[in-house]
Amino acid sequence: MARELSMVAAINEALHIALAADPDVIVLGEDVAGGGGRADQGIEDAWGGIMGATRGLLTRFGAQRVRDTPISEMGFLGAAVGAAATGLRPVAELMFIDFIGVALDPLLNQAAKLRYMFGGKASVPLTVRTLTGAGLRSAAQHSQSLYGITAGIPGLKTVIPSNPADAKGLLLAAIRDDDPVIFCEPKSLMFLSGEVPEEDYEVPLGSAKVVSAGSDVTLVGFGRTVHTALTAAAALAADGISAEVIDLRSLQPLDTDAILASLSKTGRLVVIDEATPRCGIASDVAALCVDRGFEFLDAPVKRVTAPHAPVPFSPTLEDAYMPSPEQVVAAVREMG
Amino acid sequence: MPLSTETLMDLYRQMRTIRVFEDQLAELVMAGRLNGFLHLYAGEEAVAVGVCAHLSAPDVITSTHRGHGHCIAKGVDVHRMMAELFGRRTGICKGKGGSMHIADLDLGMLGANGIVGAGIPLATGAALTMQVKQTGGVAVAFFGDGATNQGQFHESLNLAAIWKLPVVFVIENNGYGEATPTEFVTPVRDLASRAAAYAMAGDTADGMDFFDVHEKAGAAIARARRGEGPTLIECKTYRYYGHYVGDALTYRSAAEAAEWMEQRDPLRLFEARVLEAGVVEEGNLRRIDREVRVLIEAAVAAAEAAPFPDPADLLADVYVKE
Repeated sequence: MARELSMVAAINEALHIALAADPDVIVLGEDVAGGGGRADQGIEDAWGGIMGATRGLLTRFGAQRVRDTPISEMGFLGAAVGAAATGLRPVAELMFIDFIGVALDPLLNQAAKLRYMFGGKASVPLTVRTLTGAGLRSAAQHSQSLYGITAGIPGLKTVIPSNPADAKGLLLAAIRDDDPVIFCEPKSLMFLSGEVPEEDYEVPLGSAKVVSAGSDVTLVGFGRTVHTALTAAAALAADGISAEVIDLRSLQPLDTDAILASLSKTGRLVVIDEATPRCGIASDVAALCVDRGFEFLDAPVKRVTAPHAPVPFSPTLEDAYMPSPEQVVAAVREMG
Repeated sequence: MPLSTETLMDLYRQMRTIRVFEDQLAELVMAGRLNGFLHLYAGEEAVAVGVCAHLSAPDVITSTHRGHGHCIAKGVDVHRMMAELFGRRTGICKGKGGSMHIADLDLGMLGANGIVGAGIPLATGAALTMQVKQTGGVAVAFFGDGATNQGQFHESLNLAAIWKLPVVFVIENNGYGEATPTEFVTPVRDLASRAAAYAMAGDTADGMDFFDVHEKAGAAIARARRGEGPTLIECKTYRYYGHYVGDALTYRSAAEAAEWMEQRDPLRLFEARVLEAGVVEEGNLRRIDREVRVLIEAAVAAAEAAPFPDPADLLADVYVKE
């Protein structure tokens, strides 16, 4: 029987592999060691980050390479950019992507642009791991899906896994990539289990995956919404509609070929995004289909997203906020 | 005087190169031969040269929007700098960066920066690399008085202090943040006092006096190399031109500027000191003046004659790998 791990355990395993393989890889962020190393209290390893993704790194790799930072996102992300530009390969943890508001300059104006501004001389092999999305009742400032911001900044790459195996392979690829990568961790999937190979492997950045083949309609998801799409596909199958589900995995670079190839087969496409609807990934995918796939379209492209509103706290409201399989099924039916 | 005649002449040449380079740029802009936002370093030469005299190529500096002086003091090729300012393919950044993003990573010059305060965490991160890799190097962040009110300054000082990083933070207090006098926006008079909040060494230097900057920066850099942690140094200096070329300077009196330029000029102070000590002959300084002028004129001529980037280069170097 194949081995199963949760997504957080798969991420932890990827970090162990990356640090063991390359002495230039370091980990820094709030609570990533989390009080570990307090011999006076008999504490060796400790918290390992809010989800425990960095557990065990401190005791194995030491305090030079596994560093707790102050709650000071702009300072430590800026330092991570400077370290990346001068020879380290830092993996920084931005606890929640919502905190990007106090830390955007190092990503927007430094990490993303140093290489271009300096005529190709610099590289910034930085990975920023960050929790995204709703579903844990954590309200408006700890539940956002802000990957559209980073995906839209030239010079940055942005990826988001939907399962533990992809999380491990994408994270290893992100750490070893010479460009800055924002690695989004959908918080509602962190304790979802799945088969994870034990070896060191990479999932290439920029490659989408057909999760479930079909012929009547394409459902495009990423992160949590891959699961929304799969549930919808099962419901549609019961009615004799064959849906193809694509997991983007990477938002920048975007695997446009995979999207268009599926559309050319099905002629219909729904894109599901748990972010808000304006200026986002769902709009990008819809625009791609119209710009470059118009000849394939048998019906309008549909977007199923969160509404243009902050994420609410109350469970009933939060559940209503997130894109649901029922909305996806309804969108397919509207196409006729 | 502990510095050799040869070293003193080289340091004078660097300061003179910065001055002539900047004066030349001002003329070129006013004559309509040069584009872009240009922030000139004239008047502050003793700071960049006094600090960088203690550094070599593996040491890293970060700079500001007013970055030409730091480049020259770190040894960046003047021809390739000038070509960059003219947006030419032969520029040090292939014409992609311009004045505010001029950089030379081979020499440890991690870039001018268009965002006030943004070089400070980058230098802190470079120092982190040096500490983890045990290179023995030092990182220096140059920034203005205005940057000391930015969050990046405070967050970086805190980080450098808790990790005892080999970094020196150099404030170039030229009295103005853009057009606003420092005292309008900053409650402390001696900016180095801000080091106390981070249990960090702090020092104040006369930024017009090369020898004072050189001595105090030398002590801080030596402390950093010994693993004794960061230092914050304020260099009190003066900006001869405005915030940028074309600034009408309506916010300061001609008398104030004249006093700094006539009584406190860093090149004249340096010259007086070395002549008085009898370690450099005046004729040698005048020869350097002539050689620098020839160099800058040649750099302008070469830059104006150089090719612009190919439009096909527009999308090169956005990513290492697409």
